[in-house]
Amino acid sequence: MDILYKIFIEPFVFMGEAPDLLIQTLWEGLVSGVLYALIALGFVLIFKASGVFNFAQGIMVVFAALTLVGLYEAGVPAFLALILAVLIMLVLAVVVERVVLRPLVNQPDIILFMATFGLTYFLIGFGELIFGGNPKEMITSELYLPRGTTEVEMLGGFVRFQHLDIAATVIASIMIGLLAVFFSKTRIGRALRAVADSHKAALSVGISLNQIWVIVWFAAGIVALVAGIMWGARAGVSFSLQIIALKALPVLILGGFTSIPGAIIGGLIIGVGEKLGEFYWGPLVGGGIETWLAYVIALLFLLYRPQGLFGEKIIERI
Amino acid sequence: MSFRKIGLGLVAATLFAGTALPAFAQDSVYVPLFTYRTGPFAGSGIPIADGMHDYLQMLNERDGGIGGVKLVLEECETGYDTKKGVECYESVKGKNPVIVNPWSTGITLPLIPRASVDKIPILSMAYGLSASARGDIFPWVFNPPATYWDGMSMIIKYIGEKEGGLEKLKGKKIGFLHLDAAFGKEPIPLLQELAKQYGFEVALYPVAAQDMQNQSSQWLSVRRDRPDYMVMWGWGAMNGAAVKEAVRSGYPMDKFYSVWWPGEDDARAGGAGAKGFKMLNWHAVGTDYPALKDIQKHVVDKGLSKSPKDKVGELLYNRGIYNSLLIAEGIAQAQKLTGKKVVTGEDVRRGMENIKLDPARLKELGLEGFTDPMTLTCTDHNSHSAAFMQEWDGSKWVKISEPIKPMTEQVRAQLDAAAKDYADKNPGWPKRSERCDNQS
Repeated sequence: MDILYKIFIEPFVFMGEAPDLLIQTLWEGLVSGVLYALIALGFVLIFKASGVFNFAQGIMVVFAALTLVGLYEAGVPAFLALILAVLIMLVLAVVVERVVLRPLVNQPDIILFMATFGLTYFLIGFGELIFGGNPKEMITSELYLPRGTTEVEMLGGFVRFQHLDIAATVIASIMIGLLAVFFSKTRIGRALRAVADSHKAALSVGISLNQIWVIVWFAAGIVALVAGIMWGARAGVSFSLQIIALKALPVLILGGFTSIPGAIIGGLIIGVGEKLGEFYWGPLVGGGIETWLAYVIALLFLLYRPQGLFGEKIIERI
Repeated sequence: MSFRKIGLGLVAATLFAGTALPAFAQDSVYVPLFTYRTGPFAGSGIPIADGMHDYLQMLNERDGGIGGVKLVLEECETGYDTKKGVECYESVKGKNPVIVNPWSTGITLPLIPRASVDKIPILSMAYGLSASARGDIFPWVFNPPATYWDGMSMIIKYIGEKEGGLEKLKGKKIGFLHLDAAFGKEPIPLLQELAKQYGFEVALYPVAAQDMQNQSSQWLSVRRDRPDYMVMWGWGAMNGAAVKEAVRSGYPMDKFYSVWWPGEDDARAGGAGAKGFKMLNWHAVGTDYPALKDIQKHVVDKGLSKSPKDKVGELLYNRGIYNSLLIAEGIAQAQKLTGKKVVTGEDVRRGMENIKLDPARLKELGLEGFTDPMTLTCTDHNSHSAAFMQEWDGSKWVKISEPIKPMTEQVRAQLDAAAKDYADKNPGWPKRSERCDNQS
């Protein structure tokens, strides 16, 4: 009975007793969730355009952030470094399309997936060669990102809002909104959806597959840069950031691999869910449940919606 | 080219290799350095690797090696990955290494049973299995100058003194933020034992390796539990992220303590708010020592070091130097004991048991005042030396305490029990039969 009380009653009693901590946990979950959504969006863009799960998205986050900081450390002014980092992500997109994707057109998806594994290890090695393995500090103040904390008294306690977290949430939300509009309302966006439906049909109506791939890899590169800046500002820029990117996996399972709204909603559910789980139920098993809880949440959703919350229901004739 | 020619070529190559190897072995000593310059833990691994390499390289450049014998240095990249570390061990063990430094508790543990079989001593400097300090049970493993259990007891002792005595810890809560790996879990048994003894409560906050840079949940829990003190056992990117999160969450930094692994970059990550953060240490920071000046002159200025010039003398760089100081002393003592110039792993094991770093020897080595004196014996492979507390003042570490001795009485009992338990749980664990030259 005691264990049932600890699982089903005590956490909710504690939520009622310390509502400020509940708000704080929800806020932390929301911030993480938006950042997970941003990373997941990079995966979704490429998957929609090519049906490829881009395993390299995580290292792209690190590579983009390191490029920005590396250029700044080499004496390039912060905003020029930002522009150059964007251009380098464009160059990366072109190179990936020419060297990795184009030669593998019409190959099974698993081949393309394996190619992104290769790309991951290439970018790790190349990044370490150019920038070294030492962690670096994100150029937060040079990019005029706010620092500091606002402490708001509420519900008999206080909630701390980091200005950087607020900025990250706003910037990530704007970014997600712009990408959603771009890919749903513009000509390129419609072309992308056509490519996602059928490569052959898209080619037959004159859509350039190569061009679309460059565009989506570039878009995914920009998303990676923004995610790298935000995560880097929170926790420093190092190669271990690529592991955080794997947090996008349960987000994708939950939201569906092809849905931009799915990435957003999935990110928020996973972000908030894992923080609530770790904070209120984690102590029952000694803590540290956050790592796998995200997958449990995603799998629970899959029991009811195997295609994910917003994924396309695929019916195949056998 | 015919098969006959290819075959002859192979035979010639084999013969050449066969004759070249003894020539190489006759006038040099092979010292592999397990390092990690890549991956999530590179932030800690790079300065340590540089310090280790540069001290030994300096001996080569300045003195022609040790006792007139050149040291052949070779790095093997482990990425702080146990599997890769064991692969490194397998790849070097055929080259007659005189000692192996795993630089990871996770890598050290699987190497312990192999050491006595392969006759290669293991130096796990202030990390690894605490119980391996018992030289009578682990003759091939050395973990000076203090075990993790010593470190934990020193932190608790220091906190107790701050409170006005260890008995004043009763009713207090101490949070333990640790990497959820063999290294981070190592001091938990002692911490729990001390909690029982002095009546304080322990709250554990494990950090998975994949969440090292995503610690907001742990620090939310810290806010919920309100521990009076926080103690950290972190490595790599975890340390800097923890300092940042502590500052973000408003935890009082003067109550945040760490074992000896954070470097300057980790503390800098917290910005001005990191002032007051404390950690244990047992050696100096800076370059104000003749040996370090020699490193600058003979290695760094000649472009033989991978370290940026401004990082020479930083905390983790000097930690690497301390590690290599032990290797060099082990080799020098082995040469003295055996009268041989080119020593083997078995000789260096004996040499390690005869290390005596007294003030006169440290002065002779150009490291006077760099660290406290330390002695190893056949039974004590650790020395359980004192460490001091240092505090981050916003730009550098400042020593703030006299040497803190470990709580030997409590640690010793736990250590003896753990060593016996290890031997019991590994059937056939050999009774020590190795020669002893230094019983006292």
